[in-house]
Amino acid sequence: MKIAVLSGKGGTGKTLVAVNLADVATNSVYTDCDVEEPNGHLFFKPTEISYQPVSMSIPTIDNNLCSGCRICVDFCRFNALAFIAGKPVLFEDLCHSCGGCAMLCPKSAITEKQNTIGKVMTGNSQNVTIITGILNTGRASGVPVIREVMRCLNNKTGLAVIDCPPGSACVVMESIKDADYCVLVAEPTIFGLHNLQMVTELVQLFHKPFGVVLNKCTAEANPSESYCKNKKLTILARIPFDKELGEISSNGEIAVRCKPAWHEFFLKLLDIIIKEAGYEADTHNQR
Amino acid sequence: MKIAIPIDESKTNVCPSFGRALYFLIADTDTGENTIIDNPATSSAGGAGIKAAQTVIDQNVKALLTPRCGQNAAEVFAAAGITLYQTVSESIDDTIAAFQKGKLAALQNIHPGFHGHGGK
Ligand code: SF4
Ligand code: SF4
Repeated sequence: MKIAVLSGKGGTGKTLVAVNLADVATNSVYTDCDVEEPNGHLFFKPTEISYQPVSMSIPTIDNNLCSGCRICVDFCRFNALAFIAGKPVLFEDLCHSCGGCAMLCPKSAITEKQNTIGKVMTGNSQNVTIITGILNTGRASGVPVIREVMRCLNNKTGLAVIDCPPGSACVVMESIKDADYCVLVAEPTIFGLHNLQMVTELVQLFHKPFGVVLNKCTAEANPSESYCKNKKLTILARIPFDKELGEISSNGEIAVRCKPAWHEFFLKLLDIIIKEAGYEADTHNQR
Repeated sequence: MKIAIPIDESKTNVCPSFGRALYFLIADTDTGENTIIDNPATSSAGGAGIKAAQTVIDQNVKALLTPRCGQNAAEVFAAAGITLYQTVSESIDDTIAAFQKGKLAALQNIHPGFHGHGGK
């Protein structure tokens, strides 16, 4: 089973939930798809680490061979090529490595070369396997890195907890594609509500069963909670605002390894998720 | 000298966005001749800024007058030797007049590009 944990922005407790859920399971794979800023491994401090590079083929243009026919520029539907002063110029970040331009060039002026754009780190920490996608800085799209992360994940057994990138861009879609259940983490503020709405729309678009974890709950009004009630969304758990929990996290420790009460809390949450996922799967089958 | 301005559906006002503007006004400041061209990038999934910039440079303009511009498009313009000026008015006529009097400053409002599939 694959559980994706997501939120509209960083710092909502998404990693906290993902890390602790993975740790309470008996056999699990914590999968970090937040490739621009992967930090789950800072908590797990994995050992027996191995790396795998991720590369992408990028066209290179030989201006001496190029006749300036513009075929490549007009072909590229990602607009990764611009035609400036009679020659094509590549905007690497927009290139999707389709290979079309190299294939079409009548002068064979375009060749493809492999460019490393990131890596996947795999390691272990007690009962948890940790897979971390790391995107080189300055790269626009982490999608190829996430695909490689998913390939590594599919070679492993156990419960997968996927720590998704914040937001709702293509990297998030890539991360939840294979998920059986999505856990949305939301903060109790107006801004948190806005982010929750955004990710709710995304998971609904993908027809994923999902539930919400309300984080940093206090006695005060919680716009995110009211939203869930209005929209009849499943509330999986309420994590209270807790100074000690915050300290455990900022010290890079894992709450469920520190305190039995948190262990119990997250074990119960995991239980609820598994039941919800099963229940949801059944209702889907009946349709 | 030929200049370009992104314009909105009214065809009389400057569009607040460059890459997603519906049309471009191509104005010849020597002859006073104005033409309006479609921006094919409005319907493009990714790289709208580059496609829009391409459309403009293919018109052989020397300057772009715009309220803002994305990073990628700005790079295309820089490579093509096109100068970017910051518009201050919504009116096309005022904008062209201000440009001719040399009153427009260089564009400061260059924002980072969004990757193909929408914002983060
Ligand atoms: S490989 Fe494909 S996406 Fe990349 S520049 Fe060539 S045509 Fe465009
Ligand atoms: S298709 Fe080849 S020859 Fe034509 S512009 Fe592109 S690189 Fe140059």
